[in-house]
Amino acid sequence: MYCYDEYDQRMIDERVAQYRDQVRRRLSNELTETEFLPLRLQNGLYMQIHGYMLRIAVPYGLISSRQMRMFAHIARKYDRGYGHFTTRQNIQFNWLKLEETPDILADLASVQMHAIQTSGNCVRNITSDEFFGVAHDEIVDPRPYAEILRQWSTFHPEFAYLPRKFKIAISGAKEDRAAILAHDIGLSVTKNAQGEVGFRVFVGGGLGRTPIIGSEICEFLPWPHVLTYVESILRIYNQLGRRDNKHKARIKILVKALGIEEFKRLVEEDWADLKNGPGTLTREEVDRMSSFFTDPEYEVLAGNDSSLKAFMADNRNFSHWMKHNVRPHRVPGYAIVVLSVKKPGNAPGDVTHEQMDAVADLADRYSFGEMRITHKQNLVFADIKQTDLIALWHELTKLELASPNIGMLTDIISCPGAEFCTLANARSIPLSKLIAERFENLDFQYDIGEITLNISGCMNACGQHHIGNIGITGVEKKNHEEWYQISIGGAEGNDCSLGKILGPSLIFNQVPEAIDRILQVYLRERADEGERFIDVVRRIGHVPFKDHVYATDFPDELVKSDDKNTLIPAQHAVPFYSPRF
Amino acid sequence: MMIIRDRTIVGDDWQVLRLRDQETPETTMVPDGKIIVPFKVWLAQRATLLQRNDIGVWFASDERPEDLAEDVHRFTVIAVDFPKFSDGRGYSIAYNLRARLEYSGELRAIGDVLRDQLFYLRRVGFDVFEPRPDRKIDDALKGLDDFSEVYQISFDQKQPLFRRVVRQGKSAAGLQDD
Repeated sequence: MYCYDEYDQRMIDERVAQYRDQVRRRLSNELTETEFLPLRLQNGLYMQIHGYMLRIAVPYGLISSRQMRMFAHIARKYDRGYGHFTTRQNIQFNWLKLEETPDILADLASVQMHAIQTSGNCVRNITSDEFFGVAHDEIVDPRPYAEILRQWSTFHPEFAYLPRKFKIAISGAKEDRAAILAHDIGLSVTKNAQGEVGFRVFVGGGLGRTPIIGSEICEFLPWPHVLTYVESILRIYNQLGRRDNKHKARIKILVKALGIEEFKRLVEEDWADLKNGPGTLTREEVDRMSSFFTDPEYEVLAGNDSSLKAFMADNRNFSHWMKHNVRPHRVPGYAIVVLSVKKPGNAPGDVTHEQMDAVADLADRYSFGEMRITHKQNLVFADIKQTDLIALWHELTKLELASPNIGMLTDIISCPGAEFCTLANARSIPLSKLIAERFENLDFQYDIGEITLNISGCMNACGQHHIGNIGITGVEKKNHEEWYQISIGGAEGNDCSLGKILGPSLIFNQVPEAIDRILQVYLRERADEGERFIDVVRRIGHVPFKDHVYATDFPDELVKSDDKNTLIPAQHAVPFYSPRF
Repeated sequence: MMIIRDRTIVGDDWQVLRLRDQETPETTMVPDGKIIVPFKVWLAQRATLLQRNDIGVWFASDERPEDLAEDVHRFTVIAVDFPKFSDGRGYSIAYNLRARLEYSGELRAIGDVLRDQLFYLRRVGFDVFEPRPDRKIDDALKGLDDFSEVYQISFDQKQPLFRRVVRQGKSAAGLQDD
């Protein structure tokens, strides 16, 4: 993975000093909270319900064991013993003191990490494909370009106060695993007929209040131009993006208002001055970056390990895990392992400091000391020898990170929700627990097959509910009541689509029952077991699902709202699910 | 008043003219002396103002310097107003003035100008800063030196870091010191 040189380290260290002084000035009231707010946000620091939350950047989701141990250290020393992996491949700590945040950033800087631009109206952490470098269908490894873009966007002077946040995702495989069409800029690094590397560029995608799928702005941009082209997109957006209404300030609104043709014209007019200028990438720089992402020292192995078959025949749990959590690797004899951070009953994406340390040890022992954080809030060991799979499975089972549910109903994506977040209208994590517990039965999950379920506590869509096959959104009604809207038909990947709202919103307790009814329709309507949930929704439309969900009343005990339904989020001082209580 | 020019705090006798209620660009009186007028006033009273050599112009954040066209080279002082420090349009206005329109005179940041934005402001082409009057100007001066190195090109730095220095790849970068 990328390793800082003296320049990177110096800038990070100077950032810590700058931030430490900003905190000092805030504490002494030289800075007002209004002035401090964008400064702390550009260091990933939010004020949440319980205190300060720090979002730490994990560039394109790739992390070393040493860095993971630093997360464990931060969880122990400054937080309450755990952290939360997010849908943007980052990690968040929820219980911090402002005075201690400069020390946390200094600790992070000692392992080449930071929280720069993980929030605020600037270019955010670049996200990517969790299987880069090891996937069968990869055309070009996106990591060198992701790191080049990370450096380019870090402290970009012109684009630190954009109309709104700006998210870039990059993928280099045939299958899009980075949801690039749901980002402000989506980059697909590919090759043309002549074998030259370039980018298919999408712009104006995004979820949130107004979900829009990105439009293609350039079919094939030769690789040397990627930085200057992105710069021109940002410059047009910085000048013309709306600033009068926060909810209409993302680039997707601008692109929609101008039309993609006019937006493209403006970008290319600006770009004409930059093209082939000094901002153009050089072969030497790409080669240098690529040198950090070469293959680890793979052993030459015969191929698939046959002894696994025998163990699978004897052990049903292992067999399930192999089928659902282990993916083929492009190198013979190796496998990709997804660690499920979705054990039913636990909060999606929450990892304790003990788990972090143990996972770091396992990465050192089995996977060249590296791992990835996925946008589905799981972890990945990318380079596992097949002969190590049984031993690793035993270890992960002990750590409660081997639930064989990847891609299944209980692999739920969830934002932190109203117990933490001041934006949320409704709780997310307790609902994810309720759903996971109801559908915990593995045979049922496997019968349902491939499906995605995403929960966001509000329309800001941190749980990416628009692109879940089933999406759940917290909506507020009068008196702070929490209600949930259900949509179906969303999907990410090459066939990215946005879900459609099914009908009137429901209360907390009714949601699992509604999901059950949706699944009944699926089971009734599917042509065969090979027809996935999303395929059926696309084939028959959402009406049969709507009809069945709302045709009959919900059971009596679910109709009356209980006290949880009238929760005022801020009154819940301590989330009841928290592993530390 | 005091301003920051060339990393130094100096006195300054330019006045910024802002339209009061009921004043229009056409009717406002541009006083004698060194005056930085709103871009709209420049457009409305151009014929008269062309007679003077003590006029500067300032842009609001929703105005485009491209609309100044050839007039840009008449000025020795141009300013960009930041109605709020978090309104980042002024950064692109400055960049375009410098890089596109090749304006080489003095470029001032006026309005909600604070210490923590000075480093970025300098990078996109501002060379004179009028920090908000309620803040200590010598404190603001420190903001110019928050960072000693940058990755990307802007107006101040024509070459990206990867073209300016030899950066080592993995083989030479060494391993992390565990």
